[in-house]
Amino acid sequence: MSRTAKFLIPLALFLIAVGFLFKGLFLDPHEVPSPLVGKPAPTFQAPVLSDASKTFNSADMKDQVWLLNVWASWCGACRDEHPILMAMAKTNQIATYGLDYKDTDQEAQAVLDTNGNPYKTIATDANGKIGINYGVYGVPETYVIDKAGVIRYKQIGPITEEILLTKIVPLLKELQR
Amino acid sequence: MIPEIGQLSLILAFCFAILQGTLPLIGVWKNNAMLSNLAVPAARTQFVFIAITFICLDYSFFANDFSVLYVASNSNSHLPLAYRLAALWGGHEGSMILWVSILSVWTMAVTLFAKSLPETFRIRLIAVMGMVSMGFLAFIIFTSNPFERLIPAVLDGRDLNPLLQDPGMVFHPPVLYMGYVGFSVAFAFAIAALLDGRLDITWARWTRPWTTVAWVFLTLGIAFGSKWAYYELGWGGWWFWDAVENASFMPWLVGTALIHSLAVTEKRDAFKVWTVLLSICAFSLSLLGTFLVRSGVLTSVHAFATDPRRGIFILMYLVVVIGGALLLFALRAPKVGLGERFDVVSRESMLLTNNVVLVAATGSVLLGTMYPLLMDALGAGKISVGPPYFDTVFVAIMAPGLFLMGLGPLAKWKKASLPEIGSRLRVAAVISFVSSLLVPIVMGKLTLMTAVGVFMGIWVASTTLILLRNRIKTRRVATPNLIENLKGIPLAFYGMLLAHLGIGVFILGVTLVKGYESEQDLRMEKNDVAKAGGLAFKFEGTQEIAGPNYVSTQGTFTVTSKGKVVAVLQPEKRFYPVQGSVMTEAAIQPGVVKDMYVSLGEPLENGAWSVRIYIKPFVQWIWAGAILMALGGVLALLDRRYRIVNKKAALAAQDLQEAYEV
Repeated sequence: MSRTAKFLIPLALFLIAVGFLFKGLFLDPHEVPSPLVGKPAPTFQAPVLSDASKTFNSADMKDQVWLLNVWASWCGACRDEHPILMAMAKTNQIATYGLDYKDTDQEAQAVLDTNGNPYKTIATDANGKIGINYGVYGVPETYVIDKAGVIRYKQIGPITEEILLTKIVPLLKELQR
Repeated sequence: MIPEIGQLSLILAFCFAILQGTLPLIGVWKNNAMLSNLAVPAARTQFVFIAITFICLDYSFFANDFSVLYVASNSNSHLPLAYRLAALWGGHEGSMILWVSILSVWTMAVTLFAKSLPETFRIRLIAVMGMVSMGFLAFIIFTSNPFERLIPAVLDGRDLNPLLQDPGMVFHPPVLYMGYVGFSVAFAFAIAALLDGRLDITWARWTRPWTTVAWVFLTLGIAFGSKWAYYELGWGGWWFWDAVENASFMPWLVGTALIHSLAVTEKRDAFKVWTVLLSICAFSLSLLGTFLVRSGVLTSVHAFATDPRRGIFILMYLVVVIGGALLLFALRAPKVGLGERFDVVSRESMLLTNNVVLVAATGSVLLGTMYPLLMDALGAGKISVGPPYFDTVFVAIMAPGLFLMGLGPLAKWKKASLPEIGSRLRVAAVISFVSSLLVPIVMGKLTLMTAVGVFMGIWVASTTLILLRNRIKTRRVATPNLIENLKGIPLAFYGMLLAHLGIGVFILGVTLVKGYESEQDLRMEKNDVAKAGGLAFKFEGTQEIAGPNYVSTQGTFTVTSKGKVVAVLQPEKRFYPVQGSVMTEAAIQPGVVKDMYVSLGEPLENGAWSVRIYIKPFVQWIWAGAILMALGGVLALLDRRYRIVNKKAALAAQDLQEAYEV
């Protein structure tokens, strides 16, 4: 190697690093793909909110496409998401089921009474055990589950209008076919 | 009105930075005295305008001016005054203001204290610092304006993140930045030398004190930050290998290498190219750290806003500054020459090994920090690199370097004899070996890691003391009186001893806390007693107290040893209503031998609480070690030799100047 070439090594290394940094600007380190996507949704049975005599059984959901929305009355971001869920419910096209995560029936019901209830049924998960099976690490989270009971999509954080229109609705149309 | 004055002076500062960064360079190149003489006044005017900017922004915090968006986002009228003033650097825009403010403090210092440098060199130096400032000011003005108005104004602000409402917030960022940004001086020295094409002993002599000052600040800044994390986060951890911590640690490692390599360049006229490269790298890593934090490329607890536009701007800036510097290096360095030759066994070769070890350690930290990004960019999946990687790799790389730390200072310049060094260090080897077995046995458990750790710590400390004894011995013939003898040894030598001793103390602290800390997660009701480390912790219950901008549940724990009360610890769970967040304030009883650490977890049913009790043996030694290192740096700076040398350098510079003009 010639003498000058040797002195170019630091510059070359730096430029390679810049390439990676540039690429890194367009990646989101917070976006972690769920290992559950493409896998069967964990089945669960849980009491229904405000009506503990009834039980929600996720196995009954077979042969339909449905959304499982994990929420809680203590979760601020859920309140931001709420209007979108209400809009979805109004279309009557999307079956949204709720999972009330680490919450009390009383407080959850109070939120629904004031803001409206977008869910077909709400299962309760007071101690968070179902959440663990689903790998919930922040509320709200939403799962799209197909007719075979397989998770096809996971949304961490609130559903925005953009995500709804570009990701969830096209996916639902495809799955419902 | 005040924010507008701040805005205006920010723009004026930018204009003067452009003046400072461009015209004087042309002046030196074209031999135009009028242009080159602009450097100093432009730099000082820039300093004044940045100071006005800083004051205006901090005044807006002081006066609770919530019509300024940045103030409204980071402060609140109930926030205590000290935190309101420190809230200036609580967010992205303000920390950038702090960055340029500190850069201009350094530039001002250069214009005041670097008078002994040859005129052309000094002008180039100031101009390079002007260029660095120019880029940052442009970044602030175009992407991160802190004076943006919020119309209509809000009644009250969103408050400073409660995690930052701590005395640590007042000191840690400015001290850390003093270190970070201080390496810009060494960087500017290197660039000026490359432009000059002249790199000699005097160059190293000028650069050395500036680099040492920056290094002292960085050492203290990192230590402050670590201590803060220890008591504030409630987990009792003191270092997390978080991306941002790494970003401050990498310049420190390279800066440490630079200090040593500068010593060789000054004393032996060797390692010249290497020293220049290290000067460039130390500051480049500081800039890279800024990029990593500001761009949101990596996840970190320290990251503020993530805005890709800002990321692209800083990346472009990095390409210009670092890329430009490295290109200049590639073009000019071959002409500098490698310097004096030396033997395989000599102090030079030992210091070279020290440098290689430190740079390799930096490389391993850099790799670990960037690895998730590399994998993601290559589409190889999302991974995170955690403490296990860093602990293993970093320790494995550093261990041989620490061993050589004992040999190096005893070795003679140019050519040393291994048997001679060996015979001197026999005692240290025996002491270290014995204590590596004894200390773990006294502590109650002997493992390989603790034995190795204790060996290294004692080895570094004992060889340092032998070094002192050796020095006294060789001087005894000329000065038999011990006091006179000790007085005659230069302060720089004591500085080195103290800093090395600090490393030993630090290693012992890390080893012992890692090896023997105990941790318990408990459910405790009132009057429950928990046992940890031979102590009894009695939970006396909780009470509600009100702070200036929070309400708090305070638990009281009485700690007894053999029935005698040794401490009363009052950890808190604070609720900050403005941001609706809950903070854990741990209660710590620090001690030389161990810290008792209690923090409240969550309230449980029946007035019970989940409680974390830690016993942290020798954890304070970690920070004591860092403080010793910094003190060592200060002693080196106070060395009488420096002042004499500076005078000599001034004379030499004058001669050179005259020679140039003839």
